[in-house]
Amino acid sequence: MSTPYTKLPAWADYGLIPLINLLVAFAGAGLVVLLVGENPFRAAAILVEGAFGSGTGIAYTLYYATNFIFTGLAVAVAFHCGLFNIGGEGQAYIAGLGVGVVCLAFDHILPWWLTFPLAILGAAISGALWALIPAYLQAKRGSHIVITTIMFNFIAASTMVYLLVGPLKPRGAMAPQTRQLVEGGQLPKLGWLLSDFGLTVRPSAPLNLSFLLALAMAFVVWLVVWRTRLGYEIRTMGHSSKAARYAGISETRIIIITMLISGALAGMMALNPIMGDQHNVSLDFVSGAGFVGIAVALMGRSHPAGIVPAAILFGMLYQGGAELAFEMPNISRDMIVIIQGLVILFAGALEHMFRPTVQAVFASFSPKSVGIAPPRAEGA
Amino acid sequence: MAEAAIELVGINKSFGTVRANRDINLVIERGSILGIVGENGAGKSTLMSILYGFYQADSGEIKVGGKAVAIKTPNDAIAHGIGMVHQHFMLVENFTVIENVILGAEHEALLKSSIAKARSELERLEREYGLEVDPDAVIEELPVGLQQRVEILKALYRGAEILILDEPTGVLTPAEADHLFRILRQLKEQGKTIVLITHKLREIMAITDTVSVMRQGTVVATRETAKTTVEELAELMVGRRVLLRVEKGEARPGAVKLSVRNLTVRDSRGVTMVSDVSFDVRGGEIVGIAGVAGNGQSELIEAVSGIRRAVSGSVMLDGAAIEVTGHADPGELRDRGLAHVPEDRHHVGLVLAFEENENSILGYHDKQQYLNGPFLKIDAVRDDARRKIEKFDIRPPDCRLRTANFSGGNQQKIVLARELEQDPGVLIVGQPTRGVDVGAIEFIHKQLIAMRDRGKAVLLISVELDEIRSLSDRILVMFDGRVVGERGPDATEGELGLLMAGVESQEAAE
Repeated sequence: MSTPYTKLPAWADYGLIPLINLLVAFAGAGLVVLLVGENPFRAAAILVEGAFGSGTGIAYTLYYATNFIFTGLAVAVAFHCGLFNIGGEGQAYIAGLGVGVVCLAFDHILPWWLTFPLAILGAAISGALWALIPAYLQAKRGSHIVITTIMFNFIAASTMVYLLVGPLKPRGAMAPQTRQLVEGGQLPKLGWLLSDFGLTVRPSAPLNLSFLLALAMAFVVWLVVWRTRLGYEIRTMGHSSKAARYAGISETRIIIITMLISGALAGMMALNPIMGDQHNVSLDFVSGAGFVGIAVALMGRSHPAGIVPAAILFGMLYQGGAELAFEMPNISRDMIVIIQGLVILFAGALEHMFRPTVQAVFASFSPKSVGIAPPRAEGA
Repeated sequence: MAEAAIELVGINKSFGTVRANRDINLVIERGSILGIVGENGAGKSTLMSILYGFYQADSGEIKVGGKAVAIKTPNDAIAHGIGMVHQHFMLVENFTVIENVILGAEHEALLKSSIAKARSELERLEREYGLEVDPDAVIEELPVGLQQRVEILKALYRGAEILILDEPTGVLTPAEADHLFRILRQLKEQGKTIVLITHKLREIMAITDTVSVMRQGTVVATRETAKTTVEELAELMVGRRVLLRVEKGEARPGAVKLSVRNLTVRDSRGVTMVSDVSFDVRGGEIVGIAGVAGNGQSELIEAVSGIRRAVSGSVMLDGAAIEVTGHADPGELRDRGLAHVPEDRHHVGLVLAFEENENSILGYHDKQQYLNGPFLKIDAVRDDARRKIEKFDIRPPDCRLRTANFSGGNQQKIVLARELEQDPGVLIVGQPTRGVDVGAIEFIHKQLIAMRDRGKAVLLISVELDEIRSLSDRILVMFDGRVVGERGPDATEGELGLLMAGVESQEAAE
């Protein structure tokens, strides 16, 4: 993002502040739990137990985390260019079409390990193309990307509803979804990985190969952003468009390329539920992962090393939250959404709320550790 | 002596490490016009923003009519009778004049009675001060001069006794400016107090009663306008600093490297900043462009270096055209041997959030020596940065340190090292020593002389007159977007100061 952060020691910047934000979010959530007459500590225990207490729980947590890694990376790449891609939701949704078309075409004839690369391409290309139009409008016409990507979420949703109740639905079927994919369109589960650690995992647990793809993409994003000429240009643009102009970097070109990458990453999220778990394309399979990606990127400070743990945290909230709703009758599904909302609020939207205080504390204890804010040469 | 309308006592204000105002004491007499002059960055606007409640002073006291007051917001300022006319107008473009006037001063939920009241009040103001403007005209359809009048009306409508005008003539034509001055004199006769912030000395001489000169955050002098001269003010403004003696031999100018013809540039608001400028820079000479900041120098070098599109004119680099009116690409110009050290190193020349080594390739990041296919050769980049750090004595010598954490002088050395090490044929340098400590200034000056002695063409822009005089082989003076004169390096400070203030060209015109 364009405003450089004021200096704090790295451990405080990347560890302490997210931790404080998280604790405040949980305290707020605890209050909500208290209000509905349940014990917040027991609720917390159930949540953690549900997410990490069993092999199956972990498999679910990592399955959700897979979605959030993809969408978190998508948002982060755009952030590095100073762009706020809110359209991950729609890009992933449309990418479901790309994945679906590839799988429906090839699942009878190809083995999964041949369908998978094709489906990755299908997901990436359709996600990228869905991001291309807002990117073009931003780069050439100055239409604000936040607005256009939000609008494109709605267009994506309506398009997919039309396709899933019409052309993509098998004749005579009642549910608004495609036919079930056969073996050639199904990714291997990774439950056995956890079993190797002595955990028991139900065969139905959805953790699958796309988790490894997500980790690989996290590495690729790091490589692209910090080790290539393109990444260098993206970051220059993100910090200062004037400096980019000075350096001979084309704003139009960089905005469009960045958004294509961002859209492709968001699009790959579609692989996880479609090929990995439910084996069909159904209505609303993204279910908010695109938006959670924003919180994940903010919390992970737009760095893959932060995004992966942040995604796992949100995976935990999803999985543990489901268990919690099951165990505590007073806590409904909606309460879980409140808790997730609080985490997003404090870790994402109010990310910098405690920063001045922390900075003041650091400054009073050891002024040297904080350094000096860069002098601002603004006006007279 | 009239009583003091406003007294500022010991005002201090810092932004980070920059002390924008230090220990300012100022008395503004009731019923007078005070001029505040100073270069950009001298702290004029900061001081007035404190008075108007945009900023809070770190320490110090504001007295209005002899009583100490706390001004925390513009509303407080208005309550104490202080009104401000900003350089960039604060008007709602698609509202009418009267709607803008009552904006924020509506008396009740329904507008009808407020508008009726405003209408009669506007008529009174118009009668008393000659501020005629159609109350039902829509702002965006009014010329700039009238928009400014609406700003003045807004302040008076709110009962302003003290009116601050920040660079009021910057956007006005000469005729509009003359009209503004007539209005200001009328306001003064009616007992209003006026503070005029400007860097145009002619205006100060024409209209003010007293003038305070600011430099580097302090008021360096206050004079009665009738008893001072433009030369004295120019000297005070630019500052008679110790002339840094630069060892340099005779220039041996060679072939023309950079040739600018009839260049005209407008800024983003459409105001012409550079008009019809022509000059040449030869290999082996330093051409300095002197001028008070804001007279088009910035736009000139931005256009020549391909950052800002020019309206018309042509620029030749080594005999081949630069597409200054089309798609000039700064990257391509670098390949052709044109290096540029921009005036604003914080936002243009550097990315402060980057590590030092990342900035040491900015603009040259597509050179093969730093690349391995699409990948950056991170080790080569860092080795290269370390080499430059050693050669230019950049401190601390840590190429992984965030650029924001280097001092101003060392940041400037990072930029210079990057541009000079490419051995360009033409070097354009903007404000090479702004915010740079004295030790680094000498080093930077030596580097520029060395460039010249190697037969390179150097175009130097600086608001430091001493710097221009000690480095340049030829000095061009810019005023109001034009080159108003050319002098040799032996021109006196007073002579250049007059040219910079537009005095000679003004007299010639009259």
